[in-house]
Formats: sequence, structure tokens, C-alpha cells
Amino acid sequence: MSLVLAAPALPLHSAGKYVAGAYIVFVALILIYVAIMARRLNRTERDLAELRREVEATQAHEDPDRDLTGAAR
Amino acid sequence: MSTYGRGLRGLSLATIATISLALALVFFYAPLDADQGFIQKIFYIHVPLAIVSLCGFIFGGVLAVGHLRTDDRRWDMRSYVAIHMALIFGVGALITGSIWAKASWGHWWVWNEPTLVSFLIVVLLFATYQPLRFAIEDPMLQARYASVFAVVAGAFVPLNFIAVRLAQQYVHPRVLTLTGGNLPGSMRLTFLISLLGITLLYVTLWKYEMAAKNARMQVRRLRRTLLGDDAAPAYGRSAAPS
Repeated sequence: MSLVLAAPALPLHSAGKYVAGAYIVFVALILIYVAIMARRLNRTERDLAELRREVEATQAHEDPDRDLTGAAR
Repeated sequence: MSTYGRGLRGLSLATIATISLALALVFFYAPLDADQGFIQKIFYIHVPLAIVSLCGFIFGGVLAVGHLRTDDRRWDMRSYVAIHMALIFGVGALITGSIWAKASWGHWWVWNEPTLVSFLIVVLLFATYQPLRFAIEDPMLQARYASVFAVVAGAFVPLNFIAVRLAQQYVHPRVLTLTGGNLPGSMRLTFLISLLGITLLYVTLWKYEMAAKNARMQVRRLRRTLLGDDAAPAYGRSAAPS
């Protein structure tokens, strides 16, 4: 805490809001990008799960006697 | 794990550590500027963003040369992601620069300042890259035209930079030169660490994006292999390489 208070450049004057604004823009850009990446990752995971279901369904259709629980493992 | 995912964890940790160190140096170590005071702290985020953005555009052009030489679509993907990331960093540089201009000069934008306007021109030029790709439906043609654009526009970046440097009339400060500039030691160290942090951030995000796109393409390829070509859903026209 004392280290923070001792900082020579705390935004305690009029310039502070501009400096804070610039750094917030930087952090916001990264956060927005990470959020977009997380959404894309979810979509890829969904696609993978869907693909797995479709492959299992195709295999079950081609060979109904096949043990799918073992194949899925 | 794909080639792009390799070493990503270490790189991410290095990026976080370097940016944290840079922020600590900016606010606890670097002295206040005698002329601008606290406002000058924006310099440590604005200038690295602008430099990395411009280098990213050139990097995209270099990768596009790889595509034109080999006709391998992976080079087009690399070039696309490099330009995409550089554009995001460029927008960051424009916004932070605009905030600095308002605080320092009293205006959000100064149209008769060559450095500002030339950077805006470069960003706007590369902003047309995505619509150009989107306008071309054939993936092969899209990749080729986009690569030609990336090479030409990438070559424009250093030319533009040199032209602005040679301009005599400017108000934008010149603190970085080939002879070391006029930054005192502590400020220079802080700036260099900030530049390293932003460069690492660019490389990390580029690798993340490449790993994500690569994974998505592999899922599509797997679907085609396992279920046949007809099973692949129609994704429609896209600016991104497919």
C-alpha cells in the first residue's frame, strides 16, 4: 500500500483521467479480443461435439450391432 | 498440439510478466516529463502500439510473399492473421494517440500533422483488406489478390514512414532517432520494456489466433473425411481464409 502511495505518477491531477483513459482503452481492447476468442473456442468445441455425434450415428446406422459405448471411449 | 499452439503457455506467461514489469516501470520508476508532466505516461503505450502495428503490417506483407511464392494457403492464413492483429493494434494506437492529443494539444485530432494523418492513412488502407477479401468469392483468387494487396500495402508502410520523417513541418514530438533520441536512460529503459511487452503481446495473440483457426480448419477437414463432402455445412462467404 505504501508503495502505491509513494508512486510518483499517481493520477491525482487533471491529466490523470486522460492517462487512465488511454490505459483503459488498451486493457479493453485485450479483453474484447479475449472474449471473442472464447466465443470462437466455444463454437469449435460445439462443432467437435456435433461431429462426434454424427460420426457415432453414421457408424450405428452402418453397423447396428457395433458396441458404440466402446467406440466412443 | 498444432505448431501454433507449441510454446504458447510460456509465451503467454512471458507476455504477462513483461507487460506487468512495463506498467510497474511506467508508474513507479520512469520520472515525470519536465515538459508534459503526467500526460507523457501515454507515450509508453501509444508509441509501442503504433510501432508494433506498423511492423505487423510489414510482417503481413512478408508472409504474403510466402503465399505468392509457394501457393500454399497456410501463408495466406498467416498473413491474414498478422494484418488482422496489426489493425487492432493500429486502432489502439489511434485511440490512445487521440487521447494524448486532446490532453496535450487541446484537440482530439490535428489534420495538418503529417505523422497522425499518415498513420491514419495506413490504418484506413489496411482496413480495406477485409472488405477486399470478402468481395472475392473464389478462395484461391481471394488468397492471391489479398496477398498482392498485402505485399504492395506492406511496402507502402516504410515508404510512408520515411516520407513523414523527411517532412519539415510538424508538431508531433521526435523522441526516437537512429542515434538514440533524446530520452533519458530511465525513460528509454521503460520505453524499451513496454515495446518488448507489446511485441510479445502481438506474437502471443497471433499464435493464439493461428491455433484457433487451425483447430477450426481441422474440424472441418475431419468432417469432410469422416462424413463426406456433403456433410460439411455451408459457412457462406467469408473474409477469412477457409
